[in-house]
Amino acid sequence: MDHGLILAVRDLVCRYRGVPNDALNGVSLEVRAGEVHAVLGPNGSGKTTFVRAALGVLRPASGAVELLGRPVAAWPRRELARVVGVVPQREDNLFPQRVRDTVLLGRYAHLSPWGAERAADRAAVARALAACDATALADRWLWTLSGGEYQRVRLARALAQEPRLLVLDEPTASLDVRHEMELFELLRGLADREGLGVVLITHHVNLAARFADRVLLLDAGRPAAWGAPSDVLTAETVERVFSWPVAITPFDGRPQITPLRRKEPV
Amino acid sequence: MRWLGLGAAAAAAFAAAVVLGPADVPLRDLATSDIVRLLRLPRAVLAFLVGGSLAVAGASLQALVRNPLADPFLLGLSGGAGLGAVVALALHLPGPWGLPLAAFAGAILAMGLVYRLALVSGSALDPRILLLAGVAVGAFAAAVTTAIVSLAEAAELRNAFLWLWGGLSGASWTAVAVLAAYAAVPLVALFGAARSLDLLALGEEPAAYLGADVRRVRRRVYLAASLLTAAAVAVSGVIGFVGLLVPHLCRRLWGQLHRALLPAAFLGGGTLLALADTAARVAVAPRELPVGIVTALLGVPLFVLLLRRWTTA
Repeated sequence: MDHGLILAVRDLVCRYRGVPNDALNGVSLEVRAGEVHAVLGPNGSGKTTFVRAALGVLRPASGAVELLGRPVAAWPRRELARVVGVVPQREDNLFPQRVRDTVLLGRYAHLSPWGAERAADRAAVARALAACDATALADRWLWTLSGGEYQRVRLARALAQEPRLLVLDEPTASLDVRHEMELFELLRGLADREGLGVVLITHHVNLAARFADRVLLLDAGRPAAWGAPSDVLTAETVERVFSWPVAITPFDGRPQITPLRRKEPV
Repeated sequence: MRWLGLGAAAAAAFAAAVVLGPADVPLRDLATSDIVRLLRLPRAVLAFLVGGSLAVAGASLQALVRNPLADPFLLGLSGGAGLGAVVALALHLPGPWGLPLAAFAGAILAMGLVYRLALVSGSALDPRILLLAGVAVGAFAAAVTTAIVSLAEAAELRNAFLWLWGGLSGASWTAVAVLAAYAAVPLVALFGAARSLDLLALGEEPAAYLGADVRRVRRRVYLAASLLTAAAVAVSGVIGFVGLLVPHLCRRLWGQLHRALLPAAFLGGGTLLALADTAARVAVAPRELPVGIVTALLGVPLFVLLLRRWTTA
């Protein structure tokens, strides 16, 4: 077995009932320890569907997903949650909750149904909060948090799972520049220092280009390109996938995209 | 401190249920009186178990269907269970032990119907439509129940109020044994699902990512809550509001984690219903109010008051 290989997705095909076109068609991805992967693509290109199928929440029409060499469908959810931590795009907690209790939910896959949390669980929660610079928030109610703080808390909850793979679905969608950069730096650091694999769905093409080792670009459910950012993010490919003219200028050795203005007035 | 207060309240409610009543039993005769031993004591225990069961069922269902307004009554479970029980009685089917099974069949049928109605576009469950479907099915079940009660002449149905508004006048040690036997398994099942319910409050997909086997938990909680409600309805008729009010009070005091919330809801529900039943027996003695009317009379204003305070705070 390939050491360090965490997630292997091969030729994934997904359909939703009553929708004629495949939501995903022929998507593959391999994530190793210490790698950051960005999944890019226009709205509706299948990014979230890809994550749901890769994590066994959605059953694919065909294709294979293996997590640590074992088909993802064969993983009990509890065991899977000890290996993969997810920050979903949306969730709304039905009842008001404090930050500490929310992060503790990340430990549930490690707890017995009856037993109380042990010192190891409390330590994991404290470490996760510290890693996300959220220790000071521990006693706050969730609804008093700003958007940036809330995302840090949700990341802390995923880290409390002590996973080997982190999956995030548009984690910086509503964050300002500083919080966005902080989150990307944090993810890069986790991959570099702790050897976590990271899969990141995002609309921020330029940040993905600067932080990711590999980029998967989806176009209407099909993989337009997969590889190093400088190979994937060419003007030709990006213009085709996003249907908009762009200029590419390298920065720090990574391609950066500038969408162009329309030439003639509309 | 909170647990101490709850324990004291439960003890006080129990003492009141035993000491107070239309018949005047002197305090020193309490231990030997037949009225206490055969009427008040089983009735107090039964009230406590029914209230606790309904509150636990309500708290679990709220997390499961992701709607703070869910309770066995509003989801149509109680109505279905009541209908099942009344149909069985009208057909002279069961004894006291079979009645909960008939109620259970009714509750499961109602739950299945509500669930089908709420499945929009085949896959996604909309909690708001679930509640609307519950109210509709509950109302329909109540109408059929009323029709059967008004037409049937079976002796067991004389006390029609038992099924329409709930009442504990049929309390006996047999009823206590029946409820205890049928409620034990679902109570254990729900307490065991406490951590999964914490996760489900986030939504099904986030819950799955945090390690909950959503489909299994959902089936388990629906079945357990239906059986719990059915057992309670079989011995006491349809009692509303306990399953809604008590969990919310407990959520304010114990937080949202179900490992503490469910036991607190059980004690709180038991306390509330024991008090309500004492009020039902004493307030207009020697006549009796259906206890469901007392829970509504006490519960609705209290609920509105709390709702106002929470939303303005």
